[in-house]
Amino acid sequence: MKKTIASLLLLSLLSLLLNPVSAQDACSDQLGCVILAEDEPIAIGAMLVLSGAVTYLGDDSLGGVELAIMDRGGELLGREIELVVEDSLCSAEGGQAAAQRLSADPTIVGAIGTNCSSAAQGAMPIISDAGMVMIAPSNTSPSLTNEDVASGGSHLPGYFRTSHNGLVEGMRNAEFAIQVLGTRTLATVHDGDPYTEGLARVVADTFAELGGEVVFEGAVNKGDTDMASILTEIAVYQPDIAYVPLFEPEVNFFAAQMKHIAGLEDTVIIGGGAAFVAGFPENTGEAAIGIFVSGPLVTGEAYEQLLLRWEEEYGSSPPSGYHAHAYDATNLLLSAVEAVAAPTDDGGLVIGRQAIRDAIAATENYPGLTGNLTCQDVSPFAGDCAPGTALAMFEITEAEVYDDNWPPPVFWSFSENLSE
Amino acid sequence: MSQMFKWNTDEFSWVDFTIDVLRILIVLAIVVGSWNTLSEGRISFAQWVNLFIAGLSQGSIYALIALGYTLVYGILLMINFAHGEVFMAGAFSTVFLAEALNRTGFLNQQPVLAILLMILFAGLVSMTVAILLERIAYRPLRGSPRLVPLITAIGASFFLQYTFRGLYGSGFKAYPQVKILQGSLQVGSINIPTVQIFVFVSALVLMFGLYWLVERSRIGKAMRAVSENKEVARLMGIDIDWVILFTFGVGGFLAGSAGVINGMFRPQGVNFFMGFIPGIKAFTAAVLGGIGNIPGAMLGGLFLGVIEAIGPNLVLAGLGIPGANQLKDVIAFTMLVLVLIFRPQGILGERLSEKKA
Repeated sequence: MKKTIASLLLLSLLSLLLNPVSAQDACSDQLGCVILAEDEPIAIGAMLVLSGAVTYLGDDSLGGVELAIMDRGGELLGREIELVVEDSLCSAEGGQAAAQRLSADPTIVGAIGTNCSSAAQGAMPIISDAGMVMIAPSNTSPSLTNEDVASGGSHLPGYFRTSHNGLVEGMRNAEFAIQVLGTRTLATVHDGDPYTEGLARVVADTFAELGGEVVFEGAVNKGDTDMASILTEIAVYQPDIAYVPLFEPEVNFFAAQMKHIAGLEDTVIIGGGAAFVAGFPENTGEAAIGIFVSGPLVTGEAYEQLLLRWEEEYGSSPPSGYHAHAYDATNLLLSAVEAVAAPTDDGGLVIGRQAIRDAIAATENYPGLTGNLTCQDVSPFAGDCAPGTALAMFEITEAEVYDDNWPPPVFWSFSENLSE
Repeated sequence: MSQMFKWNTDEFSWVDFTIDVLRILIVLAIVVGSWNTLSEGRISFAQWVNLFIAGLSQGSIYALIALGYTLVYGILLMINFAHGEVFMAGAFSTVFLAEALNRTGFLNQQPVLAILLMILFAGLVSMTVAILLERIAYRPLRGSPRLVPLITAIGASFFLQYTFRGLYGSGFKAYPQVKILQGSLQVGSINIPTVQIFVFVSALVLMFGLYWLVERSRIGKAMRAVSENKEVARLMGIDIDWVILFTFGVGGFLAGSAGVINGMFRPQGVNFFMGFIPGIKAFTAAVLGGIGNIPGAMLGGLFLGVIEAIGPNLVLAGLGIPGANQLKDVIAFTMLVLVLIFRPQGILGERLSEKKA
């Protein structure tokens, strides 16, 4: 027994002497490193909603991530890029579970996701604690980039997003209602999700600040099909605007059933980015005509190319409006890895986790499909990388309802009409 | 009355006392909330009637799905949690037929025939799914502890959801609008949408059809016999397996029909996940009415639909609770708790014999 122990100790000593600079030694990063052997792929994670009612959001982002990887030939620094996809659902529990699974794998350099803000709230503490980064393609809740816990903020280091901040979207939407449409009374309806609730809150506050009157603030449940009850309550106040940042299918039910309610004939619906889906006008039918939807405005030749590639690869058009954001998020992560990865003597690769965070945080004017990305580090915009101008108000017309036209015409471009 | 309040008897029990206090509080909250709302008069009489009728229509759909739960429970004492997915299977598959009928113009040229065709198609799809479910997933487990088929049903529910997602994709679809159902009927100051009358009447026809089948037909007699006592029914020469399969088939047909009727009423939101919430609501309706009891499931569905439609504005808004409409489910499930506290067997339920198990 003693001989065996002595031999093992000798072997250990010899291996140390023969390998004076191991990959572990090459890591001086304060959060640790991802250490890859010579033949190991570079793994990135994706925490997307792959089941449940808003699966289309996850499918949309997953396509963006896959195309970004394909456009690099599936390789980075001469290594294969491996994509590890986890279902983050559209809930805090789902985000938490997905983040747990990804953070348990020491080879994953960072993750794209989540789709829903609620899932991000569950995932962020775990990703942050693990020293990893997550870049969200479609989270817009203002709380996610706000560091002030007292005001409901939940931002933690390692969280970034390429989607716009709901604070910006909400403020622009309220300005649009007051200044462009000239309306005076507002009702808001959310579904309890941090995304919809955050947007409804910002719109109501800004609307009131601009001199409008908020007459009703209510909520429905995810999964509700019958909106008659809340619409009857809203009809009591006969507001000029119903601000409804709900997801499909609740937003479809709301819009379709509103036409049957006396007292709401002249009320105009404004929907949030969650209703910026080709299926919304198609599924809502005639009732969708005249509804305004605020959503991402992505233009340019590179984006057109992406749409063609999508058609080629998946045989359809993207199911939602955040695939370009997912494409940009993936490139942001891969570019950061490319910039900080250091080769070791034995052909391995060392990627510092803090270095990845720093590289992404230092992003300035990165040319993406959604515009030039610059990551901010000051609350309430900490981790916001979206240009903030890739947003517009679209009006649903007959062409979107009956002729499969998508996206709808831009009614008001926020980038051209920016206010301070 | 003396049966209702047990704590004033010789043996004082804290449990009974707490339940009685709970009963009083819930009833008090309902009375105070309703009184406040009605005395404010913010919502007009016509609006209340409209909410009531919309609730009846929604409840009719719950009732049709609830019948599937109750039929299966009545015969096997098993909760088929995959029944919501049986509803989805018919509704989701038929949306493509509806689109085709709309494209060719047949849907609006021959609306009655087109709707009947859709109901038949959806019914057959759901019936097939329900039968396959029984044959593949449940029959091999018959006789095993009750928890086993229950867990299998939950697994089958996920399996069906993701099978249909694989077949038809994850996006939402919508039923096309049928022109003759778009109008409304004016009765005094009350405006009743035609589609809601259609939903209620169609559901009633199907429910009476089922009632006739169970109470008057030969196979119905066999179903009742199997439900009473399987072994004796077998000795009388009844093919138990066939009767159980038939019961699943009937429940499936009703769920599929409910899918199309729901598609006419709430055309949007057709996707692989659409059966989940109606499934839970219908199960609640079945329990509310007295699980295993056919008229109970019908009544439970209608009751739940109406309570959901009226409850938030009548009770919660009157109590000054913000976001009352988000608490619609709270009202529905509180009613369930309330009914079960006063009548544990449900509105029309009977205390079932363990012998059935």
